Amino acid sequence: MEMLKISDLNVSYGAIHAIHDVAMSVHKGELVSLIGANGAGKTTILHTITGLCKATSGSVVLNEINLLKTDASDIIKLGMAHVPEGRHVFPEMTVEENLEMGAYCVKEKNLIAERIEDVYHRFPRLKERFRQAAGTLSGGEQQMLAVGRALMSAPSILLMDEPSMGLSPILVEQIFDIIKEVHEQGITVLLVEQNARMALSISDRAYVLEVGRISMSGQAKDLLQDDRVRKAYLGQ
Amino acid sequence: MSLLIQSIVNGLNQGAVYALVALGYTMVYGIIRMINFAHGDFIMVGSYTLFYTVPLMVLAGMPAWMAVILAIIVCIGVGIAVEQIAYKPVRGAGSMTALITALAMSLLLENLALVLFGANPKSVPAIFNLPMIEFLGAKIQSKYLITLAIGVIMMLALQVFIKKTRIGKAMRAVPQDKQAATLSGIKVDRIITLTFAIGSGLAGVAALMYCSTYPRATTEMGTMLGLKAFIAAVLGGIGIIPGAMIGGLIVGLLEIFIKVYIAPGWYEAITYMILIVVLLVKPTGLLGKNIGEKV
Repeated sequence: MEMLKISDLNVSYGAIHAIHDVAMSVHKGELVSLIGANGAGKTTILHTITGLCKATSGSVVLNEINLLKTDASDIIKLGMAHVPEGRHVFPEMTVEENLEMGAYCVKEKNLIAERIEDVYHRFPRLKERFRQAAGTLSGGEQQMLAVGRALMSAPSILLMDEPSMGLSPILVEQIFDIIKEVHEQGITVLLVEQNARMALSISDRAYVLEVGRISMSGQAKDLLQDDRVRKAYLGQ
Repeated sequence: MSLLIQSIVNGLNQGAVYALVALGYTMVYGIIRMINFAHGDFIMVGSYTLFYTVPLMVLAGMPAWMAVILAIIVCIGVGIAVEQIAYKPVRGAGSMTALITALAMSLLLENLALVLFGANPKSVPAIFNLPMIEFLGAKIQSKYLITLAIGVIMMLALQVFIKKTRIGKAMRAVPQDKQAATLSGIKVDRIITLTFAIGSGLAGVAALMYCSTYPRATTEMGTMLGLKAFIAAVLGGIGIIPGAMIGGLIVGLLEIFIKVYIAPGWYEAITYMILIVVLLVKPTGLLGKNIGEKV
């Protein structure tokens, strides 16, 4: 079943036409990645899905709801959480307060407390630092916090933008393990990554974006073997 | 001895009024990083409201201070209107634009008041009729103690609200990261409007406190009061709620002490000289942390 469906999407920043006729879909339970070089438009696509950017034409539908007509602040209530590029934690708030903000739309106090415990269980590091200001955490810890915060809304689909950016290879492995784990627990994931090898190794399917257009798509394991992908994105 | 006690109480009373006004500045600055220079004029609006509503309360057989509720409502109304009409359209146009817009709103409100209420000062009827208290030979106005108590209560209530409640946390989250706040489901525009409503409501309370000591409403009363409170907020560390309180009390005490003990005619000059020196040593204010302006 198609959970998220993007068709004929065009996005412009003023005179610059950034996204050309993009069509993508994510099925329930899938882990799909969108790979491509810096500046290809990957983040723009995610921003358009959640309403941070406005589309010029096309459609983005989540479970039959038109996202292009939905305010960015209402997206989370539809079960979609967005972990933005560069983590975007609230730097002067504590780790725990950051998590609470992730559950801003959840009214039941018990439920929030329960989910905070779940996040701490998943990321014991965050529990150790629960009263520390998020801005003082390391890059890896901030990424864990950003993921933890997104999970606080108990999303059915998670959008992740460059989770590996700026992290050491060991932390990149850890973050990808976390994504895999989250996915195995039944959350649908749309992952945007420059690190094509890592992204393809955990994905079901993938799309390749080149200067605002989808140039290839298919099963992740096939793309890993594809000569063009190997040359352009895997350095082989 | 009695003069000393008297001066401390007078200084704290004066300071509590400054503190309450400074809370309004700091609250708005803390959330949207904007200095609302029209804030002092909201107190003028509140004072004129009291001029009209205190007699109504007395006539209705209610305690005069209940008029503050109407003053708060009117101030909130004006505050929200100013935000929606003037500030919202220029949000994102840079801090200089916001500053000039705020100054323009201040002038507009003052001149509007001039048209509506005339140039003659209005005297606000007595709000508190309470006896003097004798303490170690000093005569203390009990309404001064009320002013101080209200100032402290307001500060504590705001602090708890900002630190502990869901909405208060959202208010802190918005200036730190608008995008992440939006993605968490926070309606940024609504939070900003709410912030203005709270700041303006505080101006209504400040008007009551001010008028109980100086029972006169004039169209330009907000300018000097606002300026002093702004300085108090900066002195304490702008954006920090306890800082506004401390800054306000320090400015009030300094003014009264210099007036009584040093040179009555020079009290403003000397007070602000001292403050300039403090800010030269500690530019972020007394409670301010040294963090660079975020981009």
